[in-house]
Amino acid sequence: MNKLSRLGAALALAVSAAAPAFAAELTFWSWRQEDRAAYQEIIADFNKLHPDVKIKFEAFEPTSYNTILSTALAGGKGPDLIQARAYGGLEAFAKPGYFLALDKATVPELDNFAPDVLAAETMREDGKVYAVPFATQTVLILYNKEIFQKNGVNPPENWDDMIAAAKALKAKGVMPFANGTATAWQNEILMGAFTPSIYGPAFNSDLVAGKATFEDKRFVDALGKLVELKEHLPQGFTGVDYPTMQQLFISGRAAMIAAGSFEIANFRKQNPKLEIGVIPGPAAAKGGPRLVSLFVDGGYAINAKTEHKADAIKFIRYVATPRFGELFSARLGNISPIKGVKIEDGLLADVAKLNASSAPYVMLVNFRYQEPTGSMLIQSGVQKMMAGQATPAEVGSEVTKGIAAYHKPFQK
Amino acid sequence: MSPRLRRSLWIALLLTPALLLIVAFVTLPILSAFVYAFYKWQGLARVGFAGFDNFRLILFQPPFSTWTYNAFFHNVIVFVALMVVQNGTAFFLAWMLSKGLRLHRFHQVSLFLPVILSTVIIGFLWKLFLNPLFGLVNRTLIAIGLDSWAQPWLGQPSTALASLIVVNAWHWVGFPTLVYLAAMQRIPREILESAEIDGAGEWTRLRRIVWPLVAPATTIVVMLTFIGSFNWFELPYIMSGLEGPPFHSTDVLGLYFYRTAFGTVSAGLQDFGRGSALAVLIFLFILGISAWWVRLLRRREIDL
Repeated sequence: MNKLSRLGAALALAVSAAAPAFAAELTFWSWRQEDRAAYQEIIADFNKLHPDVKIKFEAFEPTSYNTILSTALAGGKGPDLIQARAYGGLEAFAKPGYFLALDKATVPELDNFAPDVLAAETMREDGKVYAVPFATQTVLILYNKEIFQKNGVNPPENWDDMIAAAKALKAKGVMPFANGTATAWQNEILMGAFTPSIYGPAFNSDLVAGKATFEDKRFVDALGKLVELKEHLPQGFTGVDYPTMQQLFISGRAAMIAAGSFEIANFRKQNPKLEIGVIPGPAAAKGGPRLVSLFVDGGYAINAKTEHKADAIKFIRYVATPRFGELFSARLGNISPIKGVKIEDGLLADVAKLNASSAPYVMLVNFRYQEPTGSMLIQSGVQKMMAGQATPAEVGSEVTKGIAAYHKPFQK
Repeated sequence: MSPRLRRSLWIALLLTPALLLIVAFVTLPILSAFVYAFYKWQGLARVGFAGFDNFRLILFQPPFSTWTYNAFFHNVIVFVALMVVQNGTAFFLAWMLSKGLRLHRFHQVSLFLPVILSTVIIGFLWKLFLNPLFGLVNRTLIAIGLDSWAQPWLGQPSTALASLIVVNAWHWVGFPTLVYLAAMQRIPREILESAEIDGAGEWTRLRRIVWPLVAPATTIVVMLTFIGSFNWFELPYIMSGLEGPPFHSTDVLGLYFYRTAFGTVSAGLQDFGRGSALAVLIFLFILGISAWWVRLLRRREIDL
């Protein structure tokens, strides 16, 4: 046997030896590079129940994740298990048929989720669920407990309280809010944190029922309230971008920040001494309803073309159990939407409590399926309004007009 | 085999690998964009023929068309402003350097230094400098008592695009300076000296002798600035963001193309159809205008 054929034989042997091990290993793609260690732990826990199923976790850079994933899927390849987005971001993948539809016969654990949570991972056309939701995120106000105590300020309950608190803080040389409007999507966060408490729960049901548009007085008035915040934002807030606002709050220079609950884990990591408290947007009047904005972050899906369907379903059933939910919340500092999950962490438990009285994060949940998305429109609209270059009514009608291109109830 | 044929075969052989690479990685992608622009897309899946629909949307259907014209208008402003601010400065800097005054080597190197830094570094650095709260620019203005001049530079439509242009000029000014300097050094000394003896002042010499004789350099500088301005992406992406904030006042075709084709995590969906249609139009525009303009500029060049 010459050298070359010996090499070939060795190679063939190696491949055949490796093949069975390779065949049993599922790949799992995610955009959360920073969560690698936690996911290894989660997979180890899953292996306690199913030692025969091996899972390999691979993470990609978040902004290019969609492109990498869709390239792989379009080529008929891709991972077996997929971390997927929700709402319009889910449909972009579910519609071309890349994800396996899940039902209660194969995944009975879907009963562990509330219907509006499952709706986030459901394609509207066929009503089928395509992913198991992993977390909800809450848009609310975070405050620095230490600064509040030191300056004798209590967490505000209604709008007047909040303005008074902001003035008191400012008088003592503390920046009341860290928020700036330079980064587009932070304007939507600003809207999500403050407006639901002002426009109230009825507006949202009217909007979904097609009885109200964003020109509705309730919504426009709520936007108007945002304008009142201007003097309590950092100086030059139109130029304050996302990383700057994060640093203002983390370093304790600002007392409050309108933000998503997804910031909590990151803020604590950067400043472990930071004592964070959470409150919903203040009520319009004393004793009025106070709502946070709520949305589903994403879910876990199965590649429709997987060769390991049975094994993949085992994992998907596992991530729909409270056992996973508790591990997920504890390790990743996010709120699992699975019923019966006990959250140990005090602050996250507070956020979960606020979720009981919530409105959907309106643009993401309802109007991010087609372009121009509601998010694009409200982001530049609020940015313009806060810069003093548009009135709340103009923003409301601009948003309505943009969405009307594809949304029947908005067409006059 | 005749030596001539052998030579041609050799040339063909040597050219083939490079040609194959160019076809595979330049020509084919460009041609495929032409094809993509005529389809409807769902993610990376083609779901049907769209005809000219994608072009109609970006050219005539608000808000998409509004965004297209807004971005295009900003590209024009960027081009004109860079021609004046960056290349005008470069011309005069090159003139000063060409006189060979004391320390001219030092100045030459320091002018060219920013050019070798990457745009990412320049972008982040200047974004920090222009930060309204702890940026160097506002801090300095306040320190010297010009409090009212301290602005959220990147946060207001009146200054955001201008700030980006100034940073771009600061970054690149060394390059056209070098191109002009090389051209000026090629002008025979006798011509300038005899003009001086004839009583031509500095301004006359600059306008009547130097400017016409550096015409080939001007052609290069104008064309590179034109292509660069209409493909502008990195600096606005790093310093302001994909949406061209505040409210599209720094939006340019590059950003608009990117967000349309690839989507954004926080607002938009991806649409390769409209994205490719935009790419095709940008490509045709740059190709058409530069081909026409190069011919025009070449006509005024004089051989020495």
